Amino acid sequence: MKKNNTEEDVYILAIESSCDETAAAVVKNGREILSNVISSQIDLHTLYGGVVPEIASRKHIEKINQVIESALLESGLTLENMDAIGVTYGPGLVGALLVGVAEAKAMAYAANKPLVGVHHIEGHVSANFIEHPDLEPPFMCLIVSGGHTHLVIVRDYGEFEILGRTRDDAAGEAFDKVARAVGLGYPGGPKVDRAAKEGNPHAIKFPRAKVDGNIYDFSFSGLKSAVLNHINHANMMGEEINVPDLLASFQNAVVDVLVSHTVDAAKEYGFKKVAIAGGVASNSALRKGMKEACEKNGIEFYYPSPIYCTDNAAMIGTAAYYEFINGARADWDLNAVPNLKLGER
Amino acid sequence: MNILGIESSSLVASVALLSDDILTAEYTVNFKKTHSQTLLPMLDEIVTMTGVSLENVDAIAVSAGPGSFTGLRIGSATGKGLGLALKKPLISVPTIDAMAYEFYGCASIICPIMDARRNQVYTGIYDNRMGFSIVKESCAMDIRDLIEELNSMGERVFFSGDGIPAYKESIEEFMKVPFEFAPAHLSRQRAGAVAAYGARLFLQGKTVTAAEHAPDYLRKPQAEREREEALKGE
Repeated sequence: MKKNNTEEDVYILAIESSCDETAAAVVKNGREILSNVISSQIDLHTLYGGVVPEIASRKHIEKINQVIESALLESGLTLENMDAIGVTYGPGLVGALLVGVAEAKAMAYAANKPLVGVHHIEGHVSANFIEHPDLEPPFMCLIVSGGHTHLVIVRDYGEFEILGRTRDDAAGEAFDKVARAVGLGYPGGPKVDRAAKEGNPHAIKFPRAKVDGNIYDFSFSGLKSAVLNHINHANMMGEEINVPDLLASFQNAVVDVLVSHTVDAAKEYGFKKVAIAGGVASNSALRKGMKEACEKNGIEFYYPSPIYCTDNAAMIGTAAYYEFINGARADWDLNAVPNLKLGER
Repeated sequence: MNILGIESSSLVASVALLSDDILTAEYTVNFKKTHSQTLLPMLDEIVTMTGVSLENVDAIAVSAGPGSFTGLRIGSATGKGLGLALKKPLISVPTIDAMAYEFYGCASIICPIMDARRNQVYTGIYDNRMGFSIVKESCAMDIRDLIEELNSMGERVFFSGDGIPAYKESIEEFMKVPFEFAPAHLSRQRAGAVAAYGARLFLQGKTVTAAEHAPDYLRKPQAEREREEALKGE
């Protein structure tokens, strides 16, 4: 797809600052990544056991111009070559989002470029388009990260139908909390993934949460409590905890629910394509479990490389491209919307 | 010399264009609406109104703090984005200095105060009788300590800023030297003053690249303060 159906290429400069990564990218025609620069603050936030919003915002403002300039430099293009600037305007930490939004607006204004506001989660979904040129909507997508757990039907570019969501903790949040309980620290996801490789996923029977009402909704707080109770009980009895077994069993319980919901929904709604997105989409057990379940059911399974699962601007550029060619333009009063809903404009 | 001024350190959102000795345009709104929504439309308004091309701006003066952390960052990111796109330098203008610069040549000691909560103000002390001179650099301090310091100077004091409504009673009770409060039109931050003081800094060569510019909050994030306290206690 090209701008105005002509043969001209479309270049998007994308900016992302919704949490603790300052990121910028240049994307050609929606799916070709010319540059993807990420400045992570993770080491800083590790000192506090989680992301501190004020510190994240301060780091964004210190790094944002360098990150954007690197993205342009690596792409071999200049701001003048860009057709539009895309920026994440929600959901996320409001102070963090505001840095990217104010920066993008000022750049677009001064360079006389159209501005496109991008939904962070739609960006995560779009990460799947980068490495799968054949993937087109509609498909089923599971979005799992530290802040989000959504099961959605991607009807078309920028068109989503939410089938299920978490009632309490996000999947990634559960990983963080369990990691903290066993002293692994922040961020929990990758650390649990690594440690669980040494453990037996069937060692401890943790509950698979049943949620009343919508069968595709998720709940992870019960599981998290069960893990914490198990630890407290063992401590009280003076029993040693096999941490790898504990983590592997916890992870297995999470993955089980994520996979069964997604595959059940794909079967019920007749989708032959399933994708995953978000930080937790990097989890090796989830990738393996989903792959096996999809194969068994004759479903094509798509997942982004880890670099596109983490917060990045390439995925924002991809989402911005489809918004842009559909005619979406943001005004100069574009604001950060910390609790922006999926599909909302 | 053309300077664009941006001020968003408090509730006030303000943008201004200065051409040499002429303040061509200034747009100030002191109203509870996010700077993120107001600042750029305001800039667009003055650019459209004056027909000035941003390409002709020599530098962008940004009110760099102290003040509302989020407010400062919106102004800062706006300035940085403009600077990056236009390939122009930025001038980091200390917010309190710009407030004091509004009273150039004034016969009293100038003391702008911004409400910094927790019984503190962001402030500085200036003696502008012979032009503009900084007696005490911008800082965060207890309002009672500030009053004591002003009393010890033994001179007439002129207060301005949004710290007045917050600490009026303490000032009236504890000030021993004569003092006055600035009238409404002089009592808030203005981008015109940021641009004018910015022009002065520009002529002194005090510019930074858009990438280098960041707000000067004069206060650490709460989490960092608490962590340092906890480490000290160990």
